[in-house]
Amino acid sequence: MYEVRFHGRGGQGAVTAANILAIAAVKQGFYSQSFPYFGVERRGAPVQAFTRIDDKRIDLRMNVYEPDAVVVLDPTLMSVIDVTQGLKEGGIIIINTAKKPEELGFSGYKVATVNATEIALEHRLGSQAAPIVNTAILGAYSKAVGNVKIEHVLEAIRENAPAKKEENAKAAEAAYEKTVLGW
Amino acid sequence: MKAMIRGNESIAYAFKLARVQVVPAYPITPSTLVPEKISEFIANGEMKAEFVPVESEHSAISAAIGASARGVRVGTATASQGLALMHEVLFIASGMRLPIVMGIGNRALSAPINIWCDHQDSMAERDSGWMQFYSENNQEGLDLGIMAFKIAEDKRVLLPAMVGLDAFVLTHTVEPVDMPEQSEVDDFLGEFKPNYVTLDPNKPATLGSFGFPEHYTEFRFAQWVAMEQAKKVIDEVFEEFEKKFGRKYRKVMPEYTEDADIIFVTMGSMSGTMREYIKKLRAQGKKVGMVKITVFRPFPKEELIEALQNAKVVAVVERNISMGFAGAVYGELAATFANKSKKPKFVDFIVGLGGRDITFNTLESVYKVAEKALTQDVDDVNWIDVNKEAVYKSEGLQ
Repeated sequence: MYEVRFHGRGGQGAVTAANILAIAAVKQGFYSQSFPYFGVERRGAPVQAFTRIDDKRIDLRMNVYEPDAVVVLDPTLMSVIDVTQGLKEGGIIIINTAKKPEELGFSGYKVATVNATEIALEHRLGSQAAPIVNTAILGAYSKAVGNVKIEHVLEAIRENAPAKKEENAKAAEAAYEKTVLGW
Repeated sequence: MKAMIRGNESIAYAFKLARVQVVPAYPITPSTLVPEKISEFIANGEMKAEFVPVESEHSAISAAIGASARGVRVGTATASQGLALMHEVLFIASGMRLPIVMGIGNRALSAPINIWCDHQDSMAERDSGWMQFYSENNQEGLDLGIMAFKIAEDKRVLLPAMVGLDAFVLTHTVEPVDMPEQSEVDDFLGEFKPNYVTLDPNKPATLGSFGFPEHYTEFRFAQWVAMEQAKKVIDEVFEEFEKKFGRKYRKVMPEYTEDADIIFVTMGSMSGTMREYIKKLRAQGKKVGMVKITVFRPFPKEELIEALQNAKVVAVVERNISMGFAGAVYGELAATFANKSKKPKFVDFIVGLGGRDITFNTLESVYKVAEKALTQDVDDVNWIDVNKEAVYKSEGLQ
């Protein structure tokens, strides 16, 4: 079982990202499950969403407490919350930032970075004030984690992005290429 | 075909595949997506039905009664306070013997205001004369949603049915389900023909009329008989479904029980986490098993006796509480065994209220008490994962 936690802000599409990853995983032949942190949604407030991936049916229904990977859609969250909470030793952190992995000062984890904001804006996803980075970050996930191949991520995006399907897929593809792995 | 859907969508798809003709609904968290998805189906031309946007849940169930009495297939959905607002009308639906199917996003009741999962809302309606089904996952929500129509509409039953899906844990969780083909469901359900007297201006009849003391009890007894009959009809429908779709349903599902000293009784989504926990205990050589209750009304007494009679301790794990007594499932199970000479020790565990997560730690706390109960007396009712000290202090008991 592989467990992923997404950190974003309300309105950024963290829940959709978790869902699309789950869909992509099923396309690859896995079982999966995705769910939001069951809160009251507020735009701009920190939100979490989760994806479980396994090669057999997933019966587990409790929250994810010890993820194998965390995905951070908004780097400003890192000053508000500890995104590594419960993260397994040697686990993977994927962050939307212009910085290089070694500049972020994490130790004991594998860190991958991608400037998903820039990529999203290049593909006209969202606005300068509110870029939609959730599809780009999935490209980075595929590169960094590798358990769900990029072609399945792209297919899941094309089928499930609520708008600008092709632009979203292209953004994920670009992010896949540009992701910097810190290991 | 594999589809990735939320629990709410499993109810919406069940209604679509059952070719439900009228859907009166009022939105409430966490089941809002059910009417949302259905109105989308109707707008896209994928579903031929009338959506009735009413002004309250009381009106939703009233409109459902009107449509069902006219002789069409009706579905609706609600949760929590919405279900509570329907309360008086629920008895009218069952008393009039109308086979309405309602999806419930099982959620706590206020106060304090809480939108998250427990089973208090539908448990509070257990005496309303509706059949009650509880889903472990989204596949079950979809399948039970379809089967509920066939059971409810059977001439021997004619009772409304609720299909419960745990708030958020299922209603908002995306997972793969096998989506049956429309033609298969058409074949399974058959064309809807009301097996009851309907409202028809050409054949005037009075429905839901006055029942004087000379007749009222017979009407109530008829509902009792229908509920008893439903037990058989549910078995038949479950078996037919299994033959057609390959998925097995039973009113109660025993697992790992054959040699079990301790059997956990569960309902709804907690069953999956419990199964994983039991695998862990089994790996340590512990003789534990579980019985999942899928049908709570009619209460499957016979099957529960069969499944539980050889256990030493039965740990009832439930997400509801009848204040001043115990959890509802515990009470009913203990009563089921009241006249049996051979019976296990029953211990009740109140868990997961208002969305508190049911984790392996929760289940370990349950197990520890259940294990102790093998050799000594324990409390009848045990609240798990609760800060008792804080409560005692605030209630002035310290």
